[in-house]
Amino acid sequence: MRIEVLGTGCPKCKATMANAQKAVAELGIRAEVVKVEDLMEIVSRGVMMTPALVVEGQIKVVGRTPTVDEIKKWLL
Amino acid sequence: MKRGRGAPTAVPKEPPPAPTGPGFTSLSRRERLALRLTLVLSGAAAWWLAYTNLEAFATWFTYHLLGMTAGTPLASAVAFLVYEAPKVLMLLALVVFGVGILRTFFTPERTRRLLAGKREVLGNVLASLLGVVTPFCSCSAVPLFIGFVSTGVPLGVTFSFLIAAPMINEVALVLLFGLFGWKVAALYMGTGLVIAMVSGWIVGRLKLERWVEDWVHQTSAGNGHAADEGPLTWSDRARLGRHAVKDIVGKVWPYVLVGIAVGAGIHSYVPENFMASIMGKGAWWSVPLAVVIGIPMYSNAAGIIPVVQALLSKGAALGTVLAFMMSVIGLSLPEMIILRKVLKVPLIVTFASVVGAGIVVVGYLFNAVL
Repeated sequence: MRIEVLGTGCPKCKATMANAQKAVAELGIRAEVVKVEDLMEIVSRGVMMTPALVVEGQIKVVGRTPTVDEIKKWLL
Repeated sequence: MKRGRGAPTAVPKEPPPAPTGPGFTSLSRRERLALRLTLVLSGAAAWWLAYTNLEAFATWFTYHLLGMTAGTPLASAVAFLVYEAPKVLMLLALVVFGVGILRTFFTPERTRRLLAGKREVLGNVLASLLGVVTPFCSCSAVPLFIGFVSTGVPLGVTFSFLIAAPMINEVALVLLFGLFGWKVAALYMGTGLVIAMVSGWIVGRLKLERWVEDWVHQTSAGNGHAADEGPLTWSDRARLGRHAVKDIVGKVWPYVLVGIAVGAGIHSYVPENFMASIMGKGAWWSVPLAVVIGIPMYSNAAGIIPVVQALLSKGAALGTVLAFMMSVIGLSLPEMIILRKVLKVPLIVTFASVVGAGIVVVGYLFNAVL
């Protein structure tokens, strides 16, 4: 499973990254969590507000930090 | 780019959890609604009761519990602090919650769809209004700018949005309302909107598209389908509202407390009319000077309010002080540095000058009519 965190390095983006990693660890699933920092890449996904969380190519949340529990729901 | 699907998950999928808690399942829909409504109403009543009794509590706390003598500067500073701090924090929590819920109805994607291809004047008006209610953070100013411009929102309309969004925010309005009354808050909001509309319109008229970095036009912004969260229920919205309170109030409360403490000190110890000679109505140069000092400065609304309060209570003119506040919150060096990624320097300079000039006009206007 591929999880992407879109964001340029704001505090909320870092928090999203940490929550995503925690969700993966708590579920014990195999997934790679990557950070996308390139602005052009972020914009070309249609994301105008960071952070955004993408699971398997699907945008799950834009503009806020999702909680660990929310992320777990999307991963199951 | 590699897009590996990865191995299938090791853990078998569990059925999704039931949407309601165990205590809720036994209740019918109508009973649940009634329960929720009762909770909301009793919460609102408790809030109101506490809010209206704050002043009496502060008086009792200062003069009875602490036994301070009425009329001394220290006692008046303590009474001020004990009254203002909880009052502003309570107002802030309430309004941030309300705005948090309001913002779940306005995503940047929806705002962009509303603004794409709009004519100039109407577009500027709409963009400024939407700037107030659309969630915005200056750290995403760049993706937002590209997303708007590359999908057909005119440059000037985009600027109206970018001016209104940071300048008119709920924290600034609550603090102005709580400390100076609804008239000052309404003046700030009204003139802020007008500045955003007019400045954006002027930037649009000047035809400055060539000062936008070339790569912006080459970027094909995705269609911006909003996040795939499904339709939001009211309890989702309430949850997001509570998140906003935790997030924003959790971040600004130290500023508010320090600010009110500073305000309390100035309130009681600095002589009246101390600022009148420098920032009073008589000093014509004070408005442009306040704006020139304010533009590069950056502070969030919570941090600037105590300064505003101190200046006002010591005889500075309202127009001068509001101009200072607008230029500090609305324009800042960090934001311009971020925007430098997409805008060339002449456009940034024009943008700052047009907005700065608008703020100066507003400052003079208030000093003249009030």
